[in-house]
Amino acid sequence: MARQRARLLQGNEAISLGALAAGCNFFAGYPITPASEITEIMSRELPALGHPFIQMEDEIASLGACIGASLAGKKAMTATSGPGFSLMQENLGYAAIAEVPLVLVNVMRGGPSTGLPTNVAQGDVQQARWGTHGDHPAIVLCPATVGQCFDLAVLAFNWAERFRTPVILLSDEVVAHMREKVALPAPEDVEVIERRQPTVPPDWYVPYKTDGSLIPRLASLGQGYRYHVTGLVHDERGFPTRRPDEVEPFYARLFGKISRHFSDLERVRAFELEDAEVVFIAYGCTARAAQAAVRIGREKGLKLGMLQLLTLWPFPRRPVEEALSGRRLALVPELNMGQISREVKRVNNGRTQVLRHGKMDGNMITPDELLNRLREVK
Amino acid sequence: MPPVHRSVVYGWLRHDKKFPHVWCPGCGLGILLGSLLRALSQSGLDKNQVVLVSGIGCSGRLPVYVDVGSVHTTHGRALTFATGIKLAKPELTVITVMGDGDATAIGGNHLIHAARRNLDIKTVIINNQTYGMTGGQYSPTTPLGAKATTAPYGHIEPSFDISALSATAGASFVARSTVYHVTQLDQLLGQLIAKPGFGVVEVLSPCHTNFGRQNRLGSQIDMMLEFKKRGVRMERWQKLAPGERQGRYPLGVLVDRQQQSFDDSYQAMAERAAALRREKQP
Ligand SMILES: Cc1ncc(C[n+]2csc(CCOP(=O)(O)OP(=O)(O)O)c2C)c(N)n1
Ligand code: SF4
Ligand SMILES: [Mg+2]
Repeated sequence: MARQRARLLQGNEAISLGALAAGCNFFAGYPITPASEITEIMSRELPALGHPFIQMEDEIASLGACIGASLAGKKAMTATSGPGFSLMQENLGYAAIAEVPLVLVNVMRGGPSTGLPTNVAQGDVQQARWGTHGDHPAIVLCPATVGQCFDLAVLAFNWAERFRTPVILLSDEVVAHMREKVALPAPEDVEVIERRQPTVPPDWYVPYKTDGSLIPRLASLGQGYRYHVTGLVHDERGFPTRRPDEVEPFYARLFGKISRHFSDLERVRAFELEDAEVVFIAYGCTARAAQAAVRIGREKGLKLGMLQLLTLWPFPRRPVEEALSGRRLALVPELNMGQISREVKRVNNGRTQVLRHGKMDGNMITPDELLNRLREVK
Repeated sequence: MPPVHRSVVYGWLRHDKKFPHVWCPGCGLGILLGSLLRALSQSGLDKNQVVLVSGIGCSGRLPVYVDVGSVHTTHGRALTFATGIKLAKPELTVITVMGDGDATAIGGNHLIHAARRNLDIKTVIINNQTYGMTGGQYSPTTPLGAKATTAPYGHIEPSFDISALSATAGASFVARSTVYHVTQLDQLLGQLIAKPGFGVVEVLSPCHTNFGRQNRLGSQIDMMLEFKKRGVRMERWQKLAPGERQGRYPLGVLVDRQQQSFDDSYQAMAERAAALRREKQP
């Protein structure tokens, strides 16, 4: 793959550039640390490209505008942090049930409430999965490097369009503000997926009727296909229904369109995993500390390895099961009191000993801290 | 306005939607639907270029009956979705339909900002002075002293004047009518659709099921007759002495002003931004 000249970039910049490379042509947001840079960059880039940008009156409005724009055919994104993410939860559920593609970036900071607004945390992992009401599938991606910010922003858009669903990009304050030298792929080498459009004439069009893919081909508003979009459970024509024989297949399809692709969706990155006796299961900024700990430990002859979770939801069950099998110990470092370690424990099923390493003092976990912890365990 | 033939109205009615509709017999929402269908059929617009957006409430169920692209959003958020649609496709005519609670309680923030921004969105607010769908709790337009299922001892809060609120917040067009004054309503909706910028038509409508019953206002017909008694056309209103205005309200166009719309400002800004870009990277 051809690469551009290496540049010094911040995580938030890389997310913005990734979004633009993926074809993002609509942004609505409300400023909040540590996500504001994304909103600012989009306010500079989109108008110059002739696309809409708007700073809305709050985060509820921001996500509402993104849903509207996406229904009208745009590739829409918003960016926020904890308090704003909470405000977006109702409309996030709307996007899930009405199957509206969009990308929601949540840059995690210390919470709950205003918490530690300028410090790093990883406390929104479960909110990203279960924040909206009602049961629904979720796709959540989590970068640890500036390069991954770009790649996962592209992937988030591609999956949003492919699966017709909101995709959450869950970054954190450290990854967002950190600068790294990265060589981004050349624009022509970025794979971009566009949503499938109806091919039948308007008279034959049944908006939520699907082929084998379980993913509806939704026409954009104003395209000649006049249909109804609602947050109520709906039949194939998009009209509200409460008939069990229509409701049950509706939910089955909503979950099925995602669950049948679990193996593709569960992205991870292995580091020195092969012969590892002790494995870190890590994500976001914490994966950087874990990777450094593996390197330092290896120099001292310790057989350490790491599995970085790039996808947090759907939880990468199979890769994690494999990473746990045959190890002496698994340690899950995270900046919360155990939001992913509980998932790891759930899938562990007696394979090894799983310990959490939670930290909530507003700072990153250091490699030394992890190595010391391992010494204590022994 | 010339009489509109029934078949014209049916042309804008969504035929594949199952009837009867969800509303109580006698609800004013059906009258408003008829008015909107007539105004649309008279507008000269192409059905494919119109999008109807609503929030949640009895009023929120209106768009599904109209044969256009329709979006039934979340409670109070119709204007936010509409903003995204209009920015994405400025060539579309975007109309929102909201209830009084929808537009001025949970969605009040969006209403004032949409009015201030003056993006070209046409807004119809059905004011039945109550939360109809959820069983008659008080709304921001419930009158002082009225009964509601959450005001069993009489309502103690002053109420919003939706039209005055929209006007103060900056709307380009503000009008008020009732489902009794149907001819006027047809005309005002027509004007709303034709007017660029953010416009609001407040429509007083009876909810006899909830508000009427709790306040012993009689049937829906009795409530309609109240609209007739209290509603005063603008031309006459201006001649009324302050004392004569007590308990009455003006109907018709309240505000009609030329202002730069957000659509035009954005276009101009985007052109400036693109020009700056070209200068930087020749
Ligand atoms: C976030 C949220 N809160 C509460 C509700 C419940 N709810 C549905 S409609 C409604 C009020 C409707 O009143 P109004 O907007 O005046 O519409 P009407 O039914 O009177 O036409 C409420 C409170 C909801 N759907 N969503
Ligand atoms: S509850 Fe009131 S507003 Fe709702 S349909 Fe019945 S009469 Fe109309
Ligand atoms: Mg109401």
